[in-house]
Amino acid sequence: MIRPRGPDSLLILIPAFNEQAAVGFVVEEIHRAAPGVPVLVVDDCSWDATRDVARAAGAEVLPLPYHLGLGGCVQAGYKFAYEMGFDYVIRVDGDGQHDPRDIPRIFETLKSSGCEMVIGSRFVDGGADYTSLPRRLGIKFFRLVLRPILGQPVYDPTSGFVGVNRAALAVFSRSFPLEYPEIETLVVLQRRAFRFREVPCRFRPRKAGRSSITALKSFYYMVHVLLGVFVNILRYEGGRPRR
Amino acid sequence: MDRFLDVVAVLSGALIVVVLGSLRREHIRVEYSVSWLAAGVTMLVLSQSDTLLGAVAAFVGVAEPALALLFTGFSVFLLVFYRFSMIISTLRDANIALTQRVAILEYQVESLHEERETSQPG
Repeated sequence: MIRPRGPDSLLILIPAFNEQAAVGFVVEEIHRAAPGVPVLVVDDCSWDATRDVARAAGAEVLPLPYHLGLGGCVQAGYKFAYEMGFDYVIRVDGDGQHDPRDIPRIFETLKSSGCEMVIGSRFVDGGADYTSLPRRLGIKFFRLVLRPILGQPVYDPTSGFVGVNRAALAVFSRSFPLEYPEIETLVVLQRRAFRFREVPCRFRPRKAGRSSITALKSFYYMVHVLLGVFVNILRYEGGRPRR
Repeated sequence: MDRFLDVVAVLSGALIVVVLGSLRREHIRVEYSVSWLAAGVTMLVLSQSDTLLGAVAAFVGVAEPALALLFTGFSVFLLVFYRFSMIISTLRDANIALTQRVAILEYQVESLHEERETSQPG
């Protein structure tokens, strides 16, 4: 069973749904980039061999008995990490888009900055960018929307390459956006006066599969995320922002 | 006009019969049938009572009672749908929490089994 090892314990979390073609490679890369760091693949009820491939590559697997979608899948990993006593969690996508060699940089920033969340960003310091034009336009739109809400610029609000500390884990294990969680998560953090920082990271084309956000879903994505952002802004407990 | 009111009465009666039948066969639970039964009874009573329908028409400010009946039906079913949206949201949250809890517990139980097997000699 995965357990925290010593102070500043780190868990690498990989949410995965039908990622048998890439997840093994991702786990092996993580072991090379961060030796000794436990890797947990949360399998969102895949119907392919994701969990077997992940286990064979040396990861622990938390298999969900029912498909929850990305948010529920990530939250299961956060809950597990929080209950097991981990201090930090870094989420890496199972499709190979995130370069695990950036994990140490995110981890060091998490520890040294005291920020509750560190985002691996494609757009800070001109990192490589493999996003499509519609997605890039969407990111620019959300940058503009989020700037006044967050009180600071965010260059890559849709990045799933994120590290969180235990304070953020405590919040996310109780409440986490279910669909398209990345942008709403930033607003959730802001409502609790948490801080985040972006660090430049390398993004690569996905090793296999396609993005869950297709052209047809883009409109729904925009409306859903905008609604989620404003709902989180309006959400108060006892007349004060939630802590 | 009378025909329209009769059609609404028949449909309301059918709704009540269907809901009661589903209750009898335990296809829906009592607490979730109340909204549908209330909606059916409201529409049935309004469609058969000129006095009540006239009062509703006067209240919402329409001259045509049929329009008042449509407005009432729309409002009642909107409330029913809203109530069920709330119930579905609550159930979805509970379902997610339970799924995550089951996954974590299953993982822990299997891990403990494996650890016990490897620690036992032979």
